Amino acid sequence: MKEILEIKNVAKTYQAKNGELEAIRDVSFSVKDGEFVSIIGPSGCGKSTLLSIIAGLEEKTSGEVILEGESVNKISDKIGYMLQKDSLLEWRTIYNNVLFGLEIRKNKNEKQTIYANELLKKYHLEEFKNKYPSQLSGGMRQRVALIRTLAVKPRILLLDEAFSALDYQTRIMVTKDIYKILKNENITTIMVTHDISEAISMSDRVVVLTKRPTTVKKIYDINFEIENRDPLNCRKSHKFSEYFDCLWKELDVHG
Amino acid sequence: MDKNISNDRKKYLRKVKTNKIAVFITQITIVIGFIILWEILANLGIIDSFITSQPSRIFNTFMNLSQNDLLEHLGVTCLETIIGFVSGTILGIILAILLWWSKFLAKVAEPFLVILNSLPKIALGPVIIIWVGAGMEAIIVMALSISLIVTVLEILNGFLNTDRELLQMAKTFNASKFQILTKVVIPANISTFINSLKINIGLSLVGVISGEFLVSKAGLGYLIVYGGQVFQLDLVMTSVIILAIVAAIMYQSVVILGKIVIKGQK
Repeated sequence: MKEILEIKNVAKTYQAKNGELEAIRDVSFSVKDGEFVSIIGPSGCGKSTLLSIIAGLEEKTSGEVILEGESVNKISDKIGYMLQKDSLLEWRTIYNNVLFGLEIRKNKNEKQTIYANELLKKYHLEEFKNKYPSQLSGGMRQRVALIRTLAVKPRILLLDEAFSALDYQTRIMVTKDIYKILKNENITTIMVTHDISEAISMSDRVVVLTKRPTTVKKIYDINFEIENRDPLNCRKSHKFSEYFDCLWKELDVHG
Repeated sequence: MDKNISNDRKKYLRKVKTNKIAVFITQITIVIGFIILWEILANLGIIDSFITSQPSRIFNTFMNLSQNDLLEHLGVTCLETIIGFVSGTILGIILAILLWWSKFLAKVAEPFLVILNSLPKIALGPVIIIWVGAGMEAIIVMALSISLIVTVLEILNGFLNTDRELLQMAKTFNASKFQILTKVVIPANISTFINSLKINIGLSLVGVISGEFLVSKAGLGYLIVYGGQVFQLDLVMTSVIILAIVAAIMYQSVVILGKIVIKGQK
Protein backbone atom coordinates (compact mmCIF):
# COMPACT_ATOMS: atom_id res chain seq x y z
CA MET A 1 0.00 0.00 0.00
CA LYS A 2 1.28 3.44 -0.81
CA GLU A 3 1.36 6.29 1.62
CA ILE A 4 -1.41 8.78 1.17
CA LEU A 5 -0.87 11.19 4.05
CA GLU A 6 2.31 12.37 5.68
CA ILE A 7 2.53 14.44 8.83
CA LYS A 8 5.96 15.98 9.18
CA ASN A 9 7.20 17.64 12.38
CA VAL A 10 3.91 19.40 13.07
CA ALA A 11 4.03 21.83 16.00
CA LYS A 12 1.48 24.20 17.46
CA THR A 13 1.89 27.02 19.95
CA TYR A 14 -1.13 29.00 21.07
CA GLN A 15 -0.91 32.73 21.62
CA ALA A 16 -3.08 34.17 24.36
CA LYS A 17 -3.16 37.42 26.29
CA ASN A 18 -1.51 35.81 29.30
CA GLY A 19 1.26 34.10 27.38
CA GLU A 20 2.16 31.28 25.04
CA LEU A 21 1.11 27.67 25.31
CA GLU A 22 3.09 24.98 23.56
CA ALA A 23 0.41 22.41 22.75
CA ILE A 24 2.16 20.22 20.20
CA ARG A 25 5.96 20.04 20.09
CA ASP A 26 6.73 17.64 17.28
CA VAL A 27 4.45 15.05 15.72
CA SER A 28 5.29 12.97 12.66
CA PHE A 29 3.66 9.86 11.23
CA SER A 30 2.23 8.68 7.97
CA VAL A 31 -0.91 6.90 6.85
CA LYS A 32 -1.23 4.36 4.06
CA ASP A 33 -4.05 4.18 1.56
CA GLY A 34 -7.05 2.36 3.03
CA GLU A 35 -5.57 2.21 6.50
CA PHE A 36 -7.39 2.89 9.76
CA VAL A 37 -5.18 4.79 12.22
CA SER A 38 -6.21 5.83 15.72
CA ILE A 39 -4.65 8.53 17.81
CA ILE A 40 -4.82 8.17 21.57
CA GLY A 41 -3.18 10.10 24.37
CA PRO A 42 -3.76 11.47 27.86
CA SER A 43 -6.65 13.92 28.09
CA GLY A 44 -5.73 17.44 27.12
CA CYS A 45 -2.78 16.31 25.03
CA GLY A 46 -3.93 18.07 21.90
CA LYS A 47 -5.29 15.09 19.96
CA SER A 48 -8.18 17.09 18.62
CA THR A 49 -5.95 20.04 17.83
CA LEU A 50 -3.76 17.72 15.79
CA LEU A 51 -6.80 16.49 13.87
CA SER A 52 -7.97 20.05 13.23
CA ILE A 53 -4.54 20.85 11.85
CA ILE A 54 -4.63 17.82 9.54
CA ALA A 55 -8.09 18.94 8.39
CA GLY A 56 -6.76 22.43 7.67
CA LEU A 57 -9.27 23.91 10.10
CA GLU A 58 -6.56 25.23 12.34
CA GLU A 59 -3.19 26.75 11.49
CA LYS A 60 -0.01 25.02 12.56
CA THR A 61 2.99 26.88 13.91
CA SER A 62 5.46 24.78 11.93
CA GLY A 63 5.74 21.50 10.08
CA GLU A 64 3.87 20.10 7.11
CA VAL A 65 0.83 17.99 6.31
CA ILE A 66 1.10 16.37 2.89
CA LEU A 67 -1.90 14.68 1.31
CA GLU A 68 -1.23 12.85 -1.96
CA GLY A 69 1.83 15.02 -2.57
CA GLU A 70 0.05 18.30 -1.87
CA SER A 71 0.60 20.41 1.19
CA VAL A 72 -2.59 20.99 3.22
CA ASN A 73 -2.86 24.51 4.60
CA LYS A 74 -6.54 25.20 4.38
CA ILE A 75 -9.69 23.12 4.32
CA SER A 76 -9.28 20.64 1.51
CA ASP A 77 -11.98 19.02 -0.59
CA LYS A 78 -10.11 15.75 -0.16
CA ILE A 79 -10.68 15.60 3.58
CA GLY A 80 -13.88 14.59 5.33
CA TYR A 81 -14.25 15.49 8.98
CA MET A 82 -16.70 14.10 11.49
CA LEU A 83 -17.27 15.59 14.89
CA GLN A 84 -18.48 14.24 18.21
CA LYS A 85 -22.06 15.36 17.70
CA ASP A 86 -23.78 14.36 14.49
CA SER A 87 -24.65 18.03 13.84
CA LEU A 88 -27.58 17.16 11.62
CA LEU A 89 -29.69 20.18 10.68
CA GLU A 90 -33.06 19.59 12.34
CA TRP A 91 -35.00 21.56 9.74
CA ARG A 92 -33.75 19.47 6.82
CA THR A 93 -34.88 16.00 5.87
CA ILE A 94 -32.36 13.17 6.11
CA TYR A 95 -31.91 13.35 2.34
CA ASN A 96 -31.27 17.09 2.38
CA ASN A 97 -28.88 16.66 5.29
CA VAL A 98 -26.91 14.14 3.27
CA LEU A 99 -26.75 16.57 0.36
CA PHE A 100 -25.62 19.45 2.60
CA GLY A 101 -21.90 19.02 1.89
CA LEU A 102 -22.45 18.83 -1.87
CA GLU A 103 -24.61 21.93 -1.70
CA ILE A 104 -21.96 23.87 0.24
CA ARG A 105 -19.25 22.82 -2.19
CA LYS A 106 -21.55 23.67 -5.10
CA ASN A 107 -21.08 20.15 -6.31
CA LYS A 108 -24.66 18.99 -6.36
CA ASN A 109 -24.67 17.45 -9.82
CA GLU A 110 -26.48 14.33 -10.96
CA LYS A 111 -23.50 12.03 -10.51
CA GLN A 112 -22.86 13.08 -6.94
CA THR A 113 -26.54 12.89 -6.06
CA ILE A 114 -26.76 9.36 -7.43
CA TYR A 115 -23.77 8.39 -5.28
CA ALA A 116 -25.41 9.87 -2.19
CA ASN A 117 -28.58 7.92 -2.97
CA GLU A 118 -26.59 4.73 -3.39
CA LEU A 119 -24.98 5.22 -0.01
CA LEU A 120 -28.35 5.79 1.65
CA LYS A 121 -29.70 2.63 0.04
CA LYS A 122 -26.66 0.52 0.82
CA TYR A 123 -26.66 1.44 4.47
CA HIS A 124 -30.39 0.99 5.08
CA LEU A 125 -31.39 4.59 5.40
CA GLU A 126 -33.34 4.97 2.19
CA GLU A 127 -36.73 4.53 3.83
CA PHE A 128 -35.91 7.39 6.20
CA LYS A 129 -34.96 9.78 3.40
CA ASN A 130 -37.91 12.09 3.98
CA LYS A 131 -37.89 11.88 7.75
CA TYR A 132 -36.38 14.50 10.02
CA PRO A 133 -33.34 13.92 12.28
CA SER A 134 -35.46 14.12 15.43
CA GLN A 135 -37.31 11.00 14.26
CA LEU A 136 -34.12 8.89 14.16
CA SER A 137 -32.16 7.11 16.87
CA GLY A 138 -28.70 8.27 17.91
CA GLY A 139 -26.96 5.48 16.03
CA MET A 140 -28.89 6.16 12.83
CA ARG A 141 -28.16 9.86 13.09
CA GLN A 142 -24.46 9.12 13.31
CA ARG A 143 -24.72 6.97 10.19
CA VAL A 144 -26.47 9.80 8.37
CA ALA A 145 -23.68 12.14 9.44
CA LEU A 146 -21.12 9.69 8.06
CA ILE A 147 -22.93 9.43 4.73
CA ARG A 148 -23.11 13.23 4.56
CA THR A 149 -19.33 13.27 4.94
CA LEU A 150 -18.75 10.43 2.46
CA ALA A 151 -21.10 11.94 -0.15
CA VAL A 152 -18.44 14.51 -1.03
CA LYS A 153 -16.03 11.62 -1.74
CA PRO A 154 -13.16 12.51 0.58
CA ARG A 155 -9.81 10.75 0.10
CA ILE A 156 -9.33 10.60 3.83
CA LEU A 157 -11.76 10.68 6.73
CA LEU A 158 -11.05 12.23 10.12
CA LEU A 159 -13.12 11.12 13.11
CA ASP A 160 -12.91 13.35 16.17
CA GLU A 161 -14.30 11.37 19.12
CA ALA A 162 -17.12 10.69 16.69
CA PHE A 163 -18.85 8.10 18.86
CA SER A 164 -18.32 9.42 22.37
CA ALA A 165 -21.70 11.16 22.52
CA LEU A 166 -23.49 7.82 22.12
CA ASP A 167 -24.45 5.49 24.93
CA TYR A 168 -22.33 2.35 25.33
CA GLN A 169 -24.52 -0.20 23.54
CA THR A 170 -25.33 2.09 20.62
CA ARG A 171 -21.69 2.94 20.41
CA ILE A 172 -20.58 -0.67 19.98
CA MET A 173 -23.16 -1.21 17.24
CA VAL A 174 -22.38 2.06 15.49
CA THR A 175 -18.64 1.41 15.46
CA LYS A 176 -19.37 -1.93 13.84
CA ASP A 177 -21.67 -0.40 11.21
CA ILE A 178 -19.31 2.42 10.47
CA TYR A 179 -16.27 0.16 10.34
CA LYS A 180 -18.04 -1.92 7.70
CA ILE A 181 -19.00 1.12 5.66
CA LEU A 182 -15.44 2.46 5.78
CA LYS A 183 -13.92 -0.87 4.73
CA ASN A 184 -16.52 -1.37 1.99
CA GLU A 185 -15.89 2.06 0.52
CA ASN A 186 -12.15 1.69 1.14
CA ILE A 187 -11.87 4.96 3.06
CA THR A 188 -8.59 5.88 4.71
CA THR A 189 -9.39 6.98 8.25
CA ILE A 190 -7.74 8.73 11.16
CA MET A 191 -9.66 8.57 14.42
CA VAL A 192 -9.02 10.48 17.60
CA THR A 193 -10.43 8.80 20.68
CA HIS A 194 -9.90 8.53 24.41
CA ASP A 195 -11.33 5.01 24.40
CA ILE A 196 -8.51 2.43 24.22
CA SER A 197 -10.81 -0.48 23.34
CA GLU A 198 -12.41 1.49 20.54
CA ALA A 199 -8.97 2.28 19.15
CA ILE A 200 -7.82 -1.35 19.31
CA SER A 201 -11.00 -2.81 17.88
CA MET A 202 -11.08 -0.57 14.83
CA SER A 203 -7.50 0.29 13.93
CA ASP A 204 -4.66 -1.12 11.87
CA ARG A 205 -2.29 1.10 13.79
CA VAL A 206 -2.52 3.15 16.98
CA VAL A 207 -0.46 6.27 17.51
CA VAL A 208 0.14 7.02 21.19
CA LEU A 209 0.86 10.62 22.06
CA THR A 210 2.57 12.01 25.17
CA LYS A 211 1.05 14.67 27.35
CA ARG A 212 1.60 18.33 26.53
CA PRO A 213 3.81 19.51 24.84
CA THR A 214 2.86 16.61 22.64
CA THR A 215 5.16 14.26 20.75
CA VAL A 216 4.63 10.72 19.44
CA LYS A 217 5.38 8.22 22.19
CA LYS A 218 4.96 5.04 20.22
CA ILE A 219 3.14 3.61 17.24
CA TYR A 220 1.55 0.18 17.61
CA ASP A 221 0.68 -2.17 14.78
CA ILE A 222 -2.58 -3.93 15.53
CA ASN A 223 -2.96 -7.27 13.83
CA PHE A 224 -5.64 -9.71 14.90
CA GLU A 225 -5.13 -12.18 12.04
CA ILE A 226 -8.89 -12.59 11.83
CA GLU A 227 -10.69 -13.02 8.53
CA ASN A 228 -13.59 -10.60 8.04
CA ARG A 229 -12.36 -8.61 10.94
CA ASP A 230 -14.84 -6.27 12.60
CA PRO A 231 -14.79 -4.41 15.92
CA LEU A 232 -16.96 -7.06 17.57
CA ASN A 233 -14.90 -10.16 16.82
CA CYS A 234 -11.74 -8.21 17.65
CA ARG A 235 -13.09 -7.56 21.11
CA LYS A 236 -13.54 -11.30 21.58
CA SER A 237 -9.98 -12.18 20.51
CA HIS A 238 -7.41 -13.09 23.18
CA LYS A 239 -5.04 -10.59 21.62
CA PHE A 240 -7.42 -7.81 22.51
CA SER A 241 -6.56 -7.80 26.21
CA GLU A 242 -2.84 -7.98 25.43
CA TYR A 243 -3.08 -4.89 23.26
CA PHE A 244 -5.23 -3.25 25.87
CA ASP A 245 -2.66 -3.84 28.62
CA CYS A 246 0.15 -2.51 26.43
CA LEU A 247 -1.69 0.67 25.52
CA TRP A 248 -2.96 1.15 29.05
CA LYS A 249 0.62 1.12 30.30
CA GLU A 250 1.70 3.51 27.57
CA LEU A 251 -0.98 5.96 28.60
CA ASP A 252 -0.22 5.72 32.32
CA VAL A 253 0.33 9.25 33.50
CA HIS A 254 2.81 8.14 36.13
CA GLY A 255 4.86 6.07 33.70
CA MET B 1 -58.12 0.71 20.56
CA ASP B 2 -60.79 2.05 22.93
CA LYS B 3 -60.93 -1.26 24.72
CA ASN B 4 -57.26 -0.97 25.55
CA ILE B 5 -57.77 2.20 27.56
CA SER B 6 -57.78 1.25 31.22
CA ASN B 7 -60.20 2.73 33.72
CA ASP B 8 -57.40 4.66 35.37
CA ARG B 9 -56.50 6.19 32.07
CA LYS B 10 -60.14 7.18 31.47
CA LYS B 11 -60.30 8.76 34.89
CA TYR B 12 -57.09 10.64 34.24
CA LEU B 13 -58.28 11.94 30.85
CA ARG B 14 -61.60 13.02 32.33
CA LYS B 15 -59.80 14.85 35.12
CA VAL B 16 -57.60 16.72 32.63
CA LYS B 17 -60.65 17.71 30.61
CA THR B 18 -62.78 18.87 33.58
CA ASN B 19 -59.87 20.87 34.90
CA LYS B 20 -59.51 22.67 31.57
CA ILE B 21 -63.21 23.48 31.45
CA ALA B 22 -63.18 24.69 35.06
CA VAL B 23 -60.35 27.14 34.33
CA PHE B 24 -62.19 28.50 31.30
CA ILE B 25 -65.51 28.91 33.13
CA THR B 26 -63.79 30.71 36.00
CA GLN B 27 -62.12 33.11 33.59
CA ILE B 28 -65.41 33.93 31.84
CA THR B 29 -67.17 34.33 35.19
CA ILE B 30 -64.55 36.81 36.38
CA VAL B 31 -65.00 38.97 33.27
CA ILE B 32 -68.81 38.87 33.28
CA GLY B 33 -68.96 39.34 37.06
CA PHE B 34 -66.66 42.34 36.83
CA ILE B 35 -68.79 43.94 34.09
CA ILE B 36 -72.07 43.32 35.96
CA LEU B 37 -70.66 44.61 39.25
CA TRP B 38 -69.34 47.72 37.52
CA GLU B 39 -72.73 48.37 35.89
CA ILE B 40 -74.71 47.83 39.09
CA LEU B 41 -72.38 49.94 41.26
CA ALA B 42 -72.55 52.75 38.70
CA ASN B 43 -76.34 52.54 38.48
CA LEU B 44 -76.68 52.61 42.26
CA GLY B 45 -74.42 55.64 42.36
CA ILE B 46 -71.88 53.92 44.62
CA ILE B 47 -69.17 54.71 42.10
CA ASP B 48 -69.26 57.89 40.04
CA SER B 49 -69.77 56.92 36.41
CA PHE B 50 -68.56 60.38 35.36
CA ILE B 51 -65.10 59.31 36.48
CA THR B 52 -65.24 55.56 35.92
CA SER B 53 -67.68 55.39 33.00
CA GLN B 54 -69.84 52.28 32.90
CA PRO B 55 -70.25 49.21 30.66
CA SER B 56 -73.56 50.25 29.06
CA ARG B 57 -72.16 53.67 28.12
CA ILE B 58 -68.98 52.11 26.76
CA PHE B 59 -71.17 49.79 24.72
CA ASN B 60 -73.15 52.76 23.37
CA THR B 61 -70.00 54.63 22.44
CA PHE B 62 -68.76 51.48 20.77
CA MET B 63 -71.97 51.11 18.74
CA ASN B 64 -71.62 54.71 17.52
CA LEU B 65 -68.18 53.95 16.12
CA SER B 66 -68.71 55.93 12.91
CA GLN B 67 -70.23 58.94 14.66
CA ASN B 68 -67.24 59.72 16.81
CA ASP B 69 -64.61 58.80 14.20
CA LEU B 70 -63.42 55.87 16.34
CA LEU B 71 -62.93 53.73 13.27
CA GLU B 72 -60.76 56.31 11.60
CA HIS B 73 -58.58 56.67 14.70
CA LEU B 74 -58.36 52.92 15.03
CA GLY B 75 -57.21 52.67 11.41
CA VAL B 76 -54.52 55.28 11.97
CA THR B 77 -53.16 53.47 15.03
CA CYS B 78 -53.14 50.11 13.25
CA LEU B 79 -51.39 51.54 10.19
CA GLU B 80 -48.73 53.24 12.31
CA THR B 81 -48.16 50.12 14.37
CA ILE B 82 -47.81 47.88 11.33
CA ILE B 83 -45.40 50.26 9.60
CA GLY B 84 -43.37 50.61 12.81
CA PHE B 85 -43.41 46.87 13.42
CA VAL B 86 -42.45 45.83 9.89
CA SER B 87 -39.72 48.45 9.47
CA GLY B 88 -38.40 47.77 12.98
CA THR B 89 -38.19 44.04 12.28
CA ILE B 90 -36.52 44.41 8.88
CA LEU B 91 -34.05 47.05 10.06
CA GLY B 92 -33.36 45.04 13.21
CA ILE B 93 -32.57 41.89 11.26
CA ILE B 94 -30.30 43.77 8.84
CA LEU B 95 -28.40 45.42 11.69
CA ALA B 96 -28.11 42.13 13.58
CA ILE B 97 -26.68 40.45 10.46
CA LEU B 98 -24.14 43.27 10.06
CA LEU B 99 -23.05 42.98 13.68
CA TRP B 100 -22.83 39.19 13.41
CA TRP B 101 -20.80 39.50 10.24
CA SER B 102 -18.20 41.86 11.63
CA LYS B 103 -16.92 41.15 15.12
CA PHE B 104 -15.07 44.47 15.02
CA LEU B 105 -18.29 46.37 14.30
CA ALA B 106 -20.05 44.48 17.09
CA LYS B 107 -17.31 45.37 19.60
CA VAL B 108 -17.45 49.03 18.55
CA ALA B 109 -21.24 49.16 18.72
CA GLU B 110 -21.59 47.37 22.06
CA PRO B 111 -21.46 50.33 24.52
CA PHE B 112 -23.72 52.42 22.30
CA LEU B 113 -26.27 49.63 22.11
CA VAL B 114 -26.20 49.16 25.88
CA ILE B 115 -26.77 52.87 26.54
CA LEU B 116 -29.48 53.18 23.89
CA ASN B 117 -31.17 50.08 25.23
CA SER B 118 -31.39 51.38 28.79
CA LEU B 119 -32.39 54.93 27.80
CA PRO B 120 -36.16 55.49 28.18
CA LYS B 121 -36.90 56.25 24.55
CA ILE B 122 -39.96 58.34 25.39
CA ALA B 123 -37.51 61.00 26.55
CA LEU B 124 -36.57 61.42 22.91
CA GLY B 125 -40.21 62.26 22.01
CA PRO B 126 -39.89 66.06 21.89
CA VAL B 127 -36.63 65.81 19.94
CA ILE B 128 -38.20 63.45 17.43
CA ILE B 129 -41.17 65.79 16.93
CA ILE B 130 -38.87 68.74 16.31
CA TRP B 131 -36.72 66.76 13.91
CA VAL B 132 -39.31 64.97 11.78
CA GLY B 133 -42.39 67.10 12.41
CA ALA B 134 -45.52 66.52 14.47
CA GLY B 135 -47.16 63.89 12.31
CA MET B 136 -47.32 60.24 11.50
CA GLU B 137 -43.58 60.20 10.75
CA ALA B 138 -42.76 61.17 14.33
CA ILE B 139 -45.02 58.43 15.66
CA ILE B 140 -43.41 55.78 13.46
CA VAL B 141 -39.92 56.95 14.45
CA MET B 142 -41.02 56.72 18.06
CA ALA B 143 -42.23 53.14 17.56
CA LEU B 144 -38.95 52.32 15.80
CA SER B 145 -36.82 53.84 18.54
CA ILE B 146 -38.55 51.70 21.13
CA SER B 147 -38.50 48.39 19.25
CA LEU B 148 -35.34 48.53 17.14
CA ILE B 149 -32.56 48.17 19.71
CA VAL B 150 -34.33 45.32 21.49
CA THR B 151 -34.80 43.54 18.16
CA VAL B 152 -31.14 43.94 17.23
CA LEU B 153 -29.94 42.67 20.60
CA GLU B 154 -32.37 39.76 20.67
CA ILE B 155 -31.57 38.54 17.16
CA LEU B 156 -27.82 39.12 17.49
CA ASN B 157 -27.87 37.13 20.71
CA GLY B 158 -29.66 34.28 18.93
CA PHE B 159 -27.16 34.38 16.06
CA LEU B 160 -24.19 34.31 18.42
CA ASN B 161 -25.64 31.39 20.34
CA THR B 162 -26.08 29.18 17.28
CA ASP B 163 -24.80 25.70 18.12
CA ARG B 164 -21.04 25.89 17.57
CA GLU B 165 -20.89 22.28 16.43
CA LEU B 166 -23.21 23.13 13.53
CA LEU B 167 -20.95 26.00 12.49
CA GLN B 168 -17.89 23.78 12.80
CA MET B 169 -19.60 21.10 10.71
CA ALA B 170 -20.37 23.63 7.95
CA LYS B 171 -16.76 24.83 8.10
CA THR B 172 -15.44 21.31 7.55
CA PHE B 173 -17.20 21.44 4.18
CA ASN B 174 -15.42 24.74 3.54
CA ALA B 175 -18.61 26.81 3.79
CA SER B 176 -18.24 30.54 3.14
CA LYS B 177 -19.43 33.03 5.73
CA PHE B 178 -22.43 33.81 3.54
CA GLN B 179 -23.31 30.11 3.27
CA ILE B 180 -23.00 29.70 7.02
CA LEU B 181 -25.35 32.65 7.47
CA THR B 182 -28.01 31.52 5.00
CA LYS B 183 -27.82 27.76 5.42
CA VAL B 184 -27.12 27.41 9.14
CA VAL B 185 -27.43 30.57 11.25
CA ILE B 186 -30.70 31.95 9.85
CA PRO B 187 -32.64 28.66 9.65
CA ALA B 188 -31.36 27.68 13.11
CA ASN B 189 -32.76 30.92 14.50
CA ILE B 190 -36.34 30.84 13.22
CA SER B 191 -37.66 30.62 16.76
CA THR B 192 -35.49 33.61 17.74
CA PHE B 193 -37.10 35.60 14.93
CA ILE B 194 -40.58 34.64 16.04
CA ASN B 195 -39.86 35.50 19.67
CA SER B 196 -38.49 38.83 18.62
CA LEU B 197 -41.62 39.47 16.50
CA LYS B 198 -43.77 38.78 19.56
CA ILE B 199 -41.83 41.27 21.67
CA ASN B 200 -41.69 43.71 18.79
CA ILE B 201 -45.42 43.94 18.17
CA GLY B 202 -46.02 44.91 21.80
CA LEU B 203 -43.20 47.45 21.81
CA SER B 204 -44.37 48.98 18.53
CA LEU B 205 -47.81 49.56 20.05
CA VAL B 206 -46.21 51.19 23.10
CA GLY B 207 -44.22 53.45 20.77
CA VAL B 208 -47.24 54.34 18.65
CA ILE B 209 -49.51 55.14 21.59
CA SER B 210 -46.93 57.26 23.37
CA GLY B 211 -46.16 58.95 20.04
CA GLU B 212 -49.85 59.73 19.62
CA PHE B 213 -49.97 61.13 23.16
CA LEU B 214 -47.25 63.58 22.22
CA VAL B 215 -48.23 64.43 18.67
CA SER B 216 -51.97 64.56 19.50
CA LYS B 217 -53.48 64.59 16.04
CA ALA B 218 -55.08 61.23 15.43
CA GLY B 219 -55.17 57.64 16.60
CA LEU B 220 -56.40 55.81 19.70
CA GLY B 221 -53.63 57.36 21.77
CA TYR B 222 -54.85 60.79 20.78
CA LEU B 223 -58.46 59.82 21.60
CA ILE B 224 -57.43 58.65 25.06
CA VAL B 225 -55.57 61.89 25.81
CA TYR B 226 -58.36 63.99 24.30
CA GLY B 227 -61.09 62.08 26.16
CA GLY B 228 -59.19 62.51 29.42
CA GLN B 229 -58.78 66.24 28.93
CA VAL B 230 -62.49 66.86 28.26
CA PHE B 231 -63.55 64.33 30.93
CA GLN B 232 -65.25 62.04 28.42
CA LEU B 233 -64.40 58.84 30.25
CA ASP B 234 -66.69 56.81 27.98
CA LEU B 235 -64.43 57.62 25.08
CA VAL B 236 -61.27 56.88 27.09
CA MET B 237 -62.53 53.52 28.31
CA THR B 238 -63.84 52.49 24.91
CA SER B 239 -60.50 53.39 23.32
CA VAL B 240 -58.58 51.44 25.94
CA ILE B 241 -60.76 48.37 25.43
CA ILE B 242 -60.43 48.57 21.64
CA LEU B 243 -56.68 48.94 22.09
CA ALA B 244 -56.58 45.83 24.25
CA ILE B 245 -58.49 43.88 21.60
CA VAL B 246 -56.25 45.17 18.79
CA ALA B 247 -53.13 44.30 20.77
CA ALA B 248 -54.41 40.78 21.42
CA ILE B 249 -55.32 40.27 17.74
CA MET B 250 -51.92 41.52 16.56
CA TYR B 251 -50.08 39.32 19.06
CA GLN B 252 -52.12 36.26 18.12
CA SER B 253 -51.48 36.92 14.41
CA VAL B 254 -47.76 36.85 15.11
CA VAL B 255 -48.14 33.62 17.07
CA ILE B 256 -50.10 32.02 14.22
CA LEU B 257 -47.62 33.33 11.65
CA GLY B 258 -44.84 31.78 13.73
CA LYS B 259 -46.57 28.41 13.79
CA ILE B 260 -47.06 28.51 10.01
CA VAL B 261 -43.41 29.41 9.43
CA ILE B 262 -42.16 26.60 11.69
CA LYS B 263 -44.45 24.14 9.95
CA GLY B 264 -43.28 25.42 6.55
CA GLN B 265 -39.67 24.90 7.57
CA LYS B 266 -40.31 21.24 8.17
